[in-house]
Amino acid sequence: MPEGKRLVELRERYGSVDGGRTPGYLSRKDFLRLGGAGVAGLTLFGGVACGGGSGGAGNTLNYWASNQGASIDQDEQILGKAVKEFKKQSGISVKIKVIPWSDLYNNILTATTSGQGPDVLNIGNTWSASLQATGAFLPFDGEMLDKIGGKSKFLSSSFAASGAPGETPTSVPLYGLSYGMFYNKKLFQEAGISAPPKTWDEFVATAKELTGPSDRWGMALEGASITENAHWAFFLGKQYGGSLFTQSGKPSFDSPEIVSAVTQYVNFLGKEKIASPACAEYSDGISSPTDFANGKAAMLVYQNNAERILRTGGMPDDEYGVAKVPLPDPLPQGGEPIMSHVAGINLSIFNNAANQEGALEFVKFLTGNRQQIELNEAFQSLPVTEDARGAPAFSDEKLKVFNEILADNAEPMPLIPEEGKMETLIGDAVKQLFARAATGGAVSEGEVKEELSTANQKMAAGG
Amino acid sequence: MGSTRHKKPESENRQVRQRSDEHVFPKARVRPQIFPYLLVLPALLFELLVHIFPMLVGVGVSFLELTQFYVRNWSAAPFVGFRNYLDGLDPSGPIGGALAQSFLITFAYTVLVVGGSWVLGISAAMLVNSEFRGRRWFRALFLIPYALPVYVAVIAWSFLLQQNNGAMNTLLVDNLHLLKERPFWLIGNNAFWSVVMTSLWRSWPFAFLMLLAGLQSIPAELYEAASIDGASRWRRFRTITLPLLRPVNLVLLLVLFLWTFNEFNAPYVLFGQAPPATADLLSLHIYVNSFVDWNFGLGAAMSVLLLLFLLVVSVVYIRVLRVGGEGDA
Repeated sequence: MPEGKRLVELRERYGSVDGGRTPGYLSRKDFLRLGGAGVAGLTLFGGVACGGGSGGAGNTLNYWASNQGASIDQDEQILGKAVKEFKKQSGISVKIKVIPWSDLYNNILTATTSGQGPDVLNIGNTWSASLQATGAFLPFDGEMLDKIGGKSKFLSSSFAASGAPGETPTSVPLYGLSYGMFYNKKLFQEAGISAPPKTWDEFVATAKELTGPSDRWGMALEGASITENAHWAFFLGKQYGGSLFTQSGKPSFDSPEIVSAVTQYVNFLGKEKIASPACAEYSDGISSPTDFANGKAAMLVYQNNAERILRTGGMPDDEYGVAKVPLPDPLPQGGEPIMSHVAGINLSIFNNAANQEGALEFVKFLTGNRQQIELNEAFQSLPVTEDARGAPAFSDEKLKVFNEILADNAEPMPLIPEEGKMETLIGDAVKQLFARAATGGAVSEGEVKEELSTANQKMAAGG
Repeated sequence: MGSTRHKKPESENRQVRQRSDEHVFPKARVRPQIFPYLLVLPALLFELLVHIFPMLVGVGVSFLELTQFYVRNWSAAPFVGFRNYLDGLDPSGPIGGALAQSFLITFAYTVLVVGGSWVLGISAAMLVNSEFRGRRWFRALFLIPYALPVYVAVIAWSFLLQQNNGAMNTLLVDNLHLLKERPFWLIGNNAFWSVVMTSLWRSWPFAFLMLLAGLQSIPAELYEAASIDGASRWRRFRTITLPLLRPVNLVLLLVLFLWTFNEFNAPYVLFGQAPPATADLLSLHIYVNSFVDWNFGLGAAMSVLLLLFLLVVSVVYIRVLRVGGEGDA
C-alpha cells in the first residue's frame, strides 16, 4: 500500500497522533538539534578513538616490555620493582605493559604506522635494522649515547646488533641471550660418557649412543619454528664458511656452504635419526626444552633462557650441564667458530616520545650496572654491559659458557631491513625439509638446495 | 490492510487522497522528507568508514611501494603504477608463481569445504526435520561447532592433530590400529586435509541451519501426495526437496563460497605465519606478504585481485542463476 494512503487511513482512524506535526517531517530546529547531537557524538567517538597515544606527557613514561619471565605476572612483578626504584631516583613514573613475544612485532608495527605508541619499548635485536628503517625510533648518536653512559659500557658483540652497520643505531642492548649445548648429566653418566661432545661428529656419535628404544632420543630440536631454523642456518652456515648474503648484499641462501649446514641440521632427524620425528612439528619454543627436561632427549642446542623452561619442567639445576656448541672438525675453509647469533632484547625510544629526556634517563637506568644484574638474573638472561658481566651472579658455570659464547663466538644475524622476511623464508624452507625428513627419512643436498633456491628467489624478487 | 472492506469508486478515492495529502503533507511536496535519510545516515557513515574507506585506501596502497621505509609516512611511498599487480599476476616469477599456487590450493579447499558443508548440512537437516524422540537435542548438538568461538575451536583442533600425542593419532593408531605409523597432520601434505577438515567442521552447521529453515517451509502435503503416488525417498528428494530448496541453496552456496575463499582464522591458528606449502591459503598468503614481509603495496594488490575475482564470480553467479529473482524470494 502506498505510504501516503496508509497515513491518510491512520489519520482518519486515529486523528492526530503527534500534536498536529506531520510524521516524517522534521522542523529546521529539530534537524539542527539532531545534527548537533550527531556531530557531538562523532567528535566524542573520534576523541576516544584517537586518544591513548604516546602518553608519556609530563612525568609519566609508557614502557612496552617483552615477556621475558615465566608469565606476564612474573614480568610485571620484576619490572614493577625496578620502576619503583626509578621513580625514587628520578621522580618519573613508568607505566609498564608486558607484551607476549608472539604479539610484540605486530604491536610495534601498528605503533610505528599510527604514531601512537609507548615512549620506550623492547625490540628483538634481530629486528633492529628493520625497525630502524621505519625512522620511528630516536637515533642514539654520540650525544644521546653519552647521556646513557656511552657506547663503551656495552659488550661490543651485543652492541653490534643495535642497527644496520654504518648507520646510527636506534636501539641499545638490554638483555643478552646466546645458544649453548645443554646435556643431561645423568644420561651421560649412565652411558659412560665422560665429557660433552666438541665436534659435530662426536655429537652425532654420542646422540646415537643415547638414542634408546623407548622414545628416548639423542637430541631435541624445534623443526617447525621459523626463527630457530633461521638461527641454525645462520650459525651452522658460518661454521661451514657460508653467509646468507654476499658482500654486495645479494641473498645467497642456496650457496654450497649454507646447503651443507642445513642438510646436516635436517638430517639429525632424517638420516641420523637422533631426534624424534615429532620434533618436525615443534614450533612453540617449549616442546624441545620440555623433552629435554623430561629425559626424552639427552641434548639440546638452545638459547640460555631455556633454563627457565627446564626449571618449570621440574629438572633440577644439577641434573644438566651446558657446554659450547660443537664445531666441524676440521673447520671447513672460511669457516668460523660461530656458535650463536647475537641474540637478545634491545631498548628503543619512540621519536614522538613527549619526554625524551625522561626516556633517555630510563634507558640509562635499565642499562645501569645494578639493573643489569638484577633484571638479567631474574630473567635468566645475560648482562650486556662489561661491568655487569663480571658480577658474581653470573659466575655460575653454565652462565659462564653462555657469556663466553655471546662475547667470543657470536655474530649478529644479517642486519638488513628485510630481516623478518629473510627469517621467514629460510625458516620456512627448513621447516618444509623437516616435514619431508620426518616422513621420508634422509634428505639429500639436492633437495635442500632446491628448497633454499626457491626461498632465495623470493628474497631476491623483493616481494 | 483491509482495502477490500473500504472499496469506493476510483474517482472518489482520488479526490479523498488529494485532499488528505494536502492536509497531511502541506510542505512535503516542496521539501523532501529528511527524517528517513537522517535515520540511515549514521549507518551509511559507518559503512563508509568501516568498509568503503579502508577498501579505497587499500586500492590506493596497491599502487605504492609501501614498505617499512615508508610505513610511517605513506605519502612518501613511491608510486609504482601497476608493478605490484604485474608481479602478482606473473606466474613465471617467484611472487606470481607462489600466488597462483596459493590460488589453486584455495580453490580446491573452497570446493571441498563448501561441497562437504552442503552434504553434511542437508543430511543433518533432513534427519532432524523428521519426527523422532530427542531431535531437539540433535539440533542443539549440531550447532555447537558454529557457536564455539573460532579460535577456541581451531586451537582445540591443533591439539587433536598433533603427531605424537594428539587425539586423532591416538584413535587411528593406538585404539583402532588402522595405521601403523603416526602420520603428521600439521606439516607436510596432510596439512591440506587438516585445514579442510577443521573448516568443514566449523562451517557445516551454518549450512544445516539454513537448509533446515528451508526444509521447514516445504509443505508436508507435497510429500504425502508423492508418497501416495508411490514416489521413492530419492524421487521425493530429487523432485520436491531440491527444487523447493533452490532459493536457499543459491544464497547459501554463494555465501559459503565467499566466506570459505576468504578464510583466514583456521589456517592462521593451525599453522601460524608460515603455513605448509600444501595449505598456503590465499588470505594467509596475503597476510604474510603484508605483515611479515612488510610489503603492504604488494599485499594490497593481491587483496584487490582477490576482491575482483570474488566480485566477478559473485556477479556471474547471480546473473546466471538469477539469485534473488522471481521464484527465489
